[in-house]
Amino acid sequence: MSKVITKPEDPRMPAINWARGEEAENFAKTVRLYRQGKIDADSFRRFRLQHGAYGTRMTDDYAMVRIKIPAGQIYPHQLEKIAHLSEAFSIGSAHVSTRQNIQLHWVVLEDVSEIMRELADVGLTSREACGNTVRNVMCSPLAGVCNKEEFDATQYAIATAKFLLRNPLNQALPRKFKFNFTCCEDHGMVRMTDVGLIPQTRTIDGKPQRGFKVFLGGGLGNKSFVGHQLEDFTPEEDLLYTSIAVIRVFDRLGDRKNSARNRMRYLVDQMGWETFQNLVLKERAIVRVTQSVIVKLDVDTAVQDISSPVRISGFDDKSIPDGFSRWRKTNTCKQKQGDYYSVSVTLEAGDVTANQLRTLADVCREFSAEGHARNGFVQDLYLRYVQESDLPRLYSRLLKVGLANPGSLTMVHPVGCSGTTSCNLALTNSHRLAKEIQRKFIEMRLDEDDDLRDTTIKISGCPNSCGQHEIATIGFYGGGSRMNRDMYPVYQMSLGGRSDGQTMLGVSVIRIPAKRTISAILKIIDTYKENKKAGESLKMWIHKIVTGHADSKVKSVDDIKKILLPLTEVPAIAADKDFYSDYGSDSHYHTRTGKGECAA
Amino acid sequence: MCSLRVTTDADRLRTELRDNSVRVIDVRRAEDYKKDHIPKSVNLPLAVLLSDDDPQRVAKIAQSLGIDDQTPVVVYDDTFGALASRVAWTLEYLGHADVSLLEMTYGQWKSLGLETDQKEYLFGPKTHSVHPRPEILASADYLEKRKDQKGVILVDNRERLNYLEQHIPGAINIPYRTLASEDRILRPHDELKRLLKNRGVVDDAEVITYCGSVGTLSGLAYYALKSIDYPNVKLYVRSFKEWKGLNKPTTKQENADYWDLSAE
Ligand code: SF4
Repeated sequence: MSKVITKPEDPRMPAINWARGEEAENFAKTVRLYRQGKIDADSFRRFRLQHGAYGTRMTDDYAMVRIKIPAGQIYPHQLEKIAHLSEAFSIGSAHVSTRQNIQLHWVVLEDVSEIMRELADVGLTSREACGNTVRNVMCSPLAGVCNKEEFDATQYAIATAKFLLRNPLNQALPRKFKFNFTCCEDHGMVRMTDVGLIPQTRTIDGKPQRGFKVFLGGGLGNKSFVGHQLEDFTPEEDLLYTSIAVIRVFDRLGDRKNSARNRMRYLVDQMGWETFQNLVLKERAIVRVTQSVIVKLDVDTAVQDISSPVRISGFDDKSIPDGFSRWRKTNTCKQKQGDYYSVSVTLEAGDVTANQLRTLADVCREFSAEGHARNGFVQDLYLRYVQESDLPRLYSRLLKVGLANPGSLTMVHPVGCSGTTSCNLALTNSHRLAKEIQRKFIEMRLDEDDDLRDTTIKISGCPNSCGQHEIATIGFYGGGSRMNRDMYPVYQMSLGGRSDGQTMLGVSVIRIPAKRTISAILKIIDTYKENKKAGESLKMWIHKIVTGHADSKVKSVDDIKKILLPLTEVPAIAADKDFYSDYGSDSHYHTRTGKGECAA
Repeated sequence: MCSLRVTTDADRLRTELRDNSVRVIDVRRAEDYKKDHIPKSVNLPLAVLLSDDDPQRVAKIAQSLGIDDQTPVVVYDDTFGALASRVAWTLEYLGHADVSLLEMTYGQWKSLGLETDQKEYLFGPKTHSVHPRPEILASADYLEKRKDQKGVILVDNRERLNYLEQHIPGAINIPYRTLASEDRILRPHDELKRLLKNRGVVDDAEVITYCGSVGTLSGLAYYALKSIDYPNVKLYVRSFKEWKGLNKPTTKQENADYWDLSAE
C-alpha cells in the first residue's frame, strides 16, 4: 500500500463556539452545594438536565453527559477530544445517539464539570441537551449532498441552534422540544418531531425563493403522533418567526402538570390542529411586527470549502481488501456532486471506542474534502465528500479498527436505545439486542439482499420510544412476562412504521420473547420471500399488509400473528434457562426500574 | 523523606544526560529496548523486576545498573507511565531518594523527534543500601484495617467498567487515564488538584491506591498524588488480584448491563 503523506493541520475549523467556559465551574460548584445538602434534589435535577447531564440507571453517583452536535457537524479535533474524555471520565467508548448527540455514559457526577471544561476547549457544549429546552437541532447527514434536496438546510439548522441556545425563550418549556431539518422526504423525520422542516423553493416573479415545508406537533413516545404541515410554503425569512411563535404558544399553553402528556403533540391533539395552527399563525404575525428589526437568523452563507487532500500516489488496486465491494454497496452513496461519495460508518448500536474515534478523526482529515464528519440519524456517522478512487483506501483504514462492517445503510443496522445498559426506565437490554441482530444478520449476509435494504429495525427497552421503534418497518419495545412465578423478557413487535412522506406508526402485532426476536424477524423474511410479488421489497410488502392492501396469501396483521404464534410458546425453566434471561445477562430476568427523567 | 521531583521534563533529562548526571531506566521489554531507546538508558523490563521485588534483590539490580544511593534516576516506558511508575515506586520503597518519571512516554519522545539510540549501555556496579520505606506500602491486612477509618481514602485506578463490575467496598474510581493529559503522562498540577478536590480526595487524607494486579496503574496514581504534594500516599501493591485471591469482600454496581455499552 502506498504511503499517505501527512497533511498540515486542517485550517477548516468550526465557525461557531457553542461553549461557555464559566458553565463548567458553575456546574462543579452546584454539585458541591447539592452534595452538602444546600440544594434540594429537584432543583439540582433541573439544573443538571439543563446542562446536559442525564441520570443513570439505579444510581445517583453517575451521570450521562450528552454532547450536542448541532446539525451533526463534528470536526476531527472534536472527535479526538471526545476520545480522550471517554477514556478519562467514561467507559472508554462513546455513543452516537439517534439525535446526532454524542453521549458519554457512566460518568461520575463530580467529573461532569471536567468534561464540560474540556469540551469548551473544542467549542462543544452539553448545555440544553436534556431538560425542558430545545434539544439538539438536527439536520439530515445528507443535507448538501442529497440528490433530491432543493437546497442545503445545514446552515439554517445551525443558525436556528445558535439563536436558541441559552435563549431565555426556551429555558423552562413545559417539556423538551425538538427541531429536525432534513434534505428531502426520504432522509428525514420531519413528521415525527415538534418542528420538522424540509427545504423547498418556489418561483415568484421569475425569481426562485427559498423556504420550508414546516410540520408541527409530531413525535414518538408512549403515545405517538404524526405532524401537521403548517402551510404550503414558509419563506425563509419567516423561518425564525415561525419557530419563535411555535415555542411561545407551547410555552404559554402546554401542560406543565401532567408529565405524561406535556409534549407539544398532546397540546395539538387536545385543541385540534386548526385551532393550534391559527394560534401559531397569529402569534407569528405578532412576532413579526415586534421583533423584525433586531432578531434575525444568522445564516452563514459562505461557500463551503471543499478541497480534496492531495496525495502523491494512488491506491494499489491489487491490495483492495476482501469485502470492499460488499461494503461499498451497502455503506456508500453517490452525492449530487457527481465525483464524490458519502460513506456511512457502521457502528454497533451507536457505540464507538476511543481508538476508533481517533481513527475517524484521521480518516476524516485524510479523505473528506469538507474536513468534518456528520453524525447520522441511526446511531451512525458519515464521512462525506470522499473521492471515488479513495474508497478502497478508506475501507482498508476502517477495516483495521473494526469500523468497516457492511450494511450501514441496510436493514442489518438496527437502532437500539440504551436500555438496561444505563437507562433508569429500561425493562430490557434493547442495546445488546440491536448488536446481536446486527452480528447475526451480517453473518447471514442479509445486507446484500436488495429486497431487505430499505427495511428498518428499531428497538426500545420500554414503551417510551427513544429507540424509535414506532417508525421502524419492524419495531420492538421491551417488557417483562411471567410464566408461573418466573419472569422472562419480551418485546412487543410492531410492523409497518415509517418516517418518510407516507409517515405512519407501526401496527402492534404480537409479544415475542426476547430470545426469539431474531427468529421472528427471520420468519417474517421467509414468509415474505414465499409471498412477494416481483420487485416488491419487504418494506413494501409489509406496508400493504398493515394498510389493508395485501394481495398475497398473507392478508393481514392477524395472519402474521398466526405465523409467529409458535415462537411465543414458553418452555419450562428447567428445559431452557436461557429463555428466562435477557441478552447480555446470565442471571434470571427481573424488571427493575427507577425514576425516569426524559422518558420519551 | 520526600523525593526531589516526581516528573522530569525532556529538556532537563537531555541536559542531565549530557552531563552524565542521571541514570535513565527503560522498563520496556528487552526486544523493544534493543530496537531503540533514549541514549544512555539501561533496560530493566518490568517483568524482570516483578519476578522478585524483595528489597534485597532490588538493591542488587540497582547496583548492577550502576545506581548508588545518590544517583538520580529517571524512569520511562511506553505504557502511559504506569510501568515506569511501578519501577520508580519499587526503588523508592528500597529507600532511593531521587527517582522520577520522564513526563512523557517513549512514543511521545520519539514523535517529538528527540534523540534515540540503539547502543546498549551497561555501567559499572555500584553499591546501594537497603532502607525499606513501609510507609509507602499498603498490604491487604493493612488496607482491610484502615480503609473504613476516617481520613482514609481508597482509590481504584482501573477502568470504569472493571470498577463497576467489581471493586473493594468503599473505594472510589479514578481511572488511570483520568490522570494523564493528551501529551503528558500526568496532567498539569492545577488540573489534578481541581479534579481530586471535586472527587473529595483531600490532601490531608491518607490515600491508598490500587489497580488490577501488580500496582502499575495505581503506581501512576501514586505519583499523580505525589506530584501535587499529597503527603500520605500508599500503594496497595498486590492490588485487586491478591484481594480477590484472599476472598476478601467485594462489591459491584448492580442491575445494569454497562458492559454492553462498550464498543470493544
Ligand atoms: S426507550 Fe425506554 S429504555 Fe430506551 S432509553 Fe428510552 S426510556 Fe430508556
